[in-house]
Amino acid sequence: MQWGSVSEFLAMGGYGLYVWGSYVVTAVALGVEVYLVRSRARTSIAAASPRATGRARR
Amino acid sequence: MNFWKYSSPQTFYPLAGKMIPVFAVLAFIFGIGGLYVGFFVAPTDFQQGESYRIIFIHVPAAWMSMFTYLVMAFWAGIGLIFNTRLSSMMARALAPTGALMTFLALWTGALWGKPTWGTWWVWDARLTSELILLFLYIGYMSLAAAIDDVRRADKASAVLALVGVVNVPIIYYSVKWWNTLHQGASVSLTRAPSMAESMLLGMLLMALAFWMYTIAVSLMRVRAIIMERERASAWVQELP
Repeated sequence: MQWGSVSEFLAMGGYGLYVWGSYVVTAVALGVEVYLVRSRARTSIAAASPRATGRARR
Repeated sequence: MNFWKYSSPQTFYPLAGKMIPVFAVLAFIFGIGGLYVGFFVAPTDFQQGESYRIIFIHVPAAWMSMFTYLVMAFWAGIGLIFNTRLSSMMARALAPTGALMTFLALWTGALWGKPTWGTWWVWDARLTSELILLFLYIGYMSLAAAIDDVRRADKASAVLALVGVVNVPIIYYSVKWWNTLHQGASVSLTRAPSMAESMLLGMLLMALAFWMYTIAVSLMRVRAIIMERERASAWVQELP
């Protein structure tokens, strides 16, 4: 391991902006995608449930 | 075991539900392992310093952007030829994740290019063909969304997906065919990798993590698509 301290780790040898700019954006993007897919799945199940279609028929 | 029985949405839906947690857990384990190796085991690069650590997401995202496109075009083609419902749904489920991977490859590439080349972007063969891949994904999704009749949308977008396949080998070989700013492949099938073993291990673990992530998220999305399209069918109504 080459990091003496947390601040050294965060500085990434002067490339912190580029390294963390890559990792943070990737993490946020994957998180948002999972959230969107989960809510889409929930909506689709709610719309297809027998009670929901029952209401639609009435 | 008869695998063909899982080719219908009705039988695939519960199977996908069982597979999602497996791939999600695998993605998590490979991701933690890959980040650990990438940040704490892999040494500083003698030329690029610490900036090279972007490689641990840049290369996996770029690989997945191309691989996902091939799988998406494969399923779109199967759906077009055999008119199988689930194949077209698979193709549609893969597109957004493929587009995201392409975006991430471009984004991390820009952040890596700035300190390494001195520029965020150049109109070089590798970068331009990867950008075209992003446009192909967006075009595929837009065309599929623009046509109201689902089966016609599947067919029209499948043709677009298949035509776009020609771009994937162009991306892959662009660094050989043209003089590009982008470096050549550090890892290839035909020769030993030109990087430290721990760097390679971190990159492969992250590639596996991205792969498992793509499978898990695409399965979640295909389940939502199945539910949206089949909501009126009897088997959906009989689900617990």
